[in-house]
Amino acid sequence: MSETVLEARGVRRSFSVSGGFMKPRRALHAVRGVDFTIRRGEVVGLVGESGCGKSTLAKLLLGLMPPSEGEILLEGAPISGQDRLETARRIQPIFQDPYSSLNPRKSIGTIIGLPLRVQTDLGGAEIARRVTETMDLVGLPARVVDSYPNQLSGGQRQRVAIARALINRPSIIICDEPTSALDVSVQSQILNLLQDLQREFGLTYLLISHDLSVVEHMASRVAVMYLGRIVEERPTAGLFAEARHPYARALLDSVLTPDPSLGIPDTHLGAAFPNPLEIPAGCSFHPRCPKAMPRCCTVAPDPLRIGDGMVECLLHAPDQHDEPEEETTR
Amino acid sequence: MAVTDPVTGAAEAVLAPSPAARMRGRAFGHAGFVLGAVILIGIFAMALLAPMVAPHDPFDQVLDRKLIPPVWFDSAKATWEHPLGTDQLGRDYLSRLLYGARISLLIGFAAMLISMVIGTAIGVAGGYFGGRVDMVCNFIITTRLSLPVVLVAIAVVSLVGSSLSVVIWVLGLLIWDRFAVVMRAATMQLRGRDFVTAAEAIGCSRARIILSEIMPNVMNSLIVVATVEMAHAILLEAALSFLGLGVQPPEPSWGLMISEAKGLMFFDGWLIAIPGAALFLLVLSINLLGDGLRDVTAPENRS
Repeated sequence: MSETVLEARGVRRSFSVSGGFMKPRRALHAVRGVDFTIRRGEVVGLVGESGCGKSTLAKLLLGLMPPSEGEILLEGAPISGQDRLETARRIQPIFQDPYSSLNPRKSIGTIIGLPLRVQTDLGGAEIARRVTETMDLVGLPARVVDSYPNQLSGGQRQRVAIARALINRPSIIICDEPTSALDVSVQSQILNLLQDLQREFGLTYLLISHDLSVVEHMASRVAVMYLGRIVEERPTAGLFAEARHPYARALLDSVLTPDPSLGIPDTHLGAAFPNPLEIPAGCSFHPRCPKAMPRCCTVAPDPLRIGDGMVECLLHAPDQHDEPEEETTR
Repeated sequence: MAVTDPVTGAAEAVLAPSPAARMRGRAFGHAGFVLGAVILIGIFAMALLAPMVAPHDPFDQVLDRKLIPPVWFDSAKATWEHPLGTDQLGRDYLSRLLYGARISLLIGFAAMLISMVIGTAIGVAGGYFGGRVDMVCNFIITTRLSLPVVLVAIAVVSLVGSSLSVVIWVLGLLIWDRFAVVMRAATMQLRGRDFVTAAEAIGCSRARIILSEIMPNVMNSLIVVATVEMAHAILLEAALSFLGLGVQPPEPSWGLMISEAKGLMFFDGWLIAIPGAALFLLVLSINLLGDGLRDVTAPENRS
């Protein structure tokens, strides 16, 4: 169970963006040195607000975009030197919006069978058999095999996307917000399907989401991302019980409850929106951090191992004695 | 719907109709589309069957029977032997009109095909690859857009000499701009859709992505532009022939027929009115068909 499927080592990715008319181009640092490993059979959640680099990281991991620095190892082999098909066979995505992720001009059977046609030498009959089998697995009725995506509901479309990702049995599936475009009533069905498939076949997922309840329900380990870096990574139960990083805590506090009398929770994050074009010096979170100390503005924190987790915050640095410890671990 | 046989009517009824079936339904309910299709099919059939339908040889000059007016004219000369009369050389006008339809349709269709291939290649390449490739494609498109079509066509035809194939090539090489512009925009829009990313993640080659993921989705706009450009090419051919730089006499072309009759415009106006009306009907039907196709296929883009 502890075999490493996917490993990122110091992965960075920056984009050169136009600074405006007659101005020099500027660098946008979307991912700034991400390290993590995903072991076989694990469900790792990746959370963070919009624009923190989650989707860029997903594209890097899928090999759709080369990292500017660092390397990504898929089952021990770096994907940068690998054949495109070799990577594709081992890692597959499920996208957020099932209305955009299925080609409207292709029948469901063709869409689901595409990985087999591209990645294997199987004949038409064998592909058709595997398509039927996979459709049954994800709970799609066999009669929709010749239908087109516009004839299916959102939930059914997402099942098609799952079937397509699953059909050639990849080692890991990257789920990029797999439920956030769906009706609330359908979300739980899709999550349960993903969970059942994971248990049945021992699948490995990287679950990217901003919905913390989804992550809490599905993931065994959670990584919290802020401005292109993973600031805290821990087993789910520990993180949800007491987050160590102030940003992770603010994220957990921001979850809305169905009770309107409680109002909108105050996260104390202020209005400073994180700008990946101008990343603050020192700890990148310090302008919004309710617990910021003077040295946070100048000293960038190093990743710190605490027990079975990792946190990147000066509050937890061992040489930090002038701050009371019980304040941080409530 | 627990039907034992999945292909029974009951099970089928649960599903919404397929895109093709819905499109057929919309097409037959669209008056402009139907009218355009009927006129165009009529002209096409006439052109195809010209050797069988035409009452006379279109090249046959009978000088003592020249300038006979059409039958509906109150004239002693008007006869059912020449329903649309004869021209200044005594050639049967109906036969020339029928054979002229062949030339118009041939030039329109061939020039449209050539420009479609060029324009689609440039547009899809620019839209799909983006970056430097797109910059180059965009530059080519802009350069083409800054050239006045008729002037360039006149210059080339007068240098190379005019013949049917020269006219087809000159028009085909000049009017691809709309294909390129439309295809580039449509491809760019599709490029960012998740199903293209999914195909990349599956490991499809670029050729496969362009041919099987992008092309089927830009087909609608391609067909619509094709009809517009076919009408455009037919009108340009008529204009070139009118200027004496297109199809050469005695070949019957509608533009040339108008040109040959221009000296007699004030006394025998029907010589210009008949081929003019034919040209008008042809272009109108193609445009109606194109408009109809856009209306019929557009809802697919939205879903």
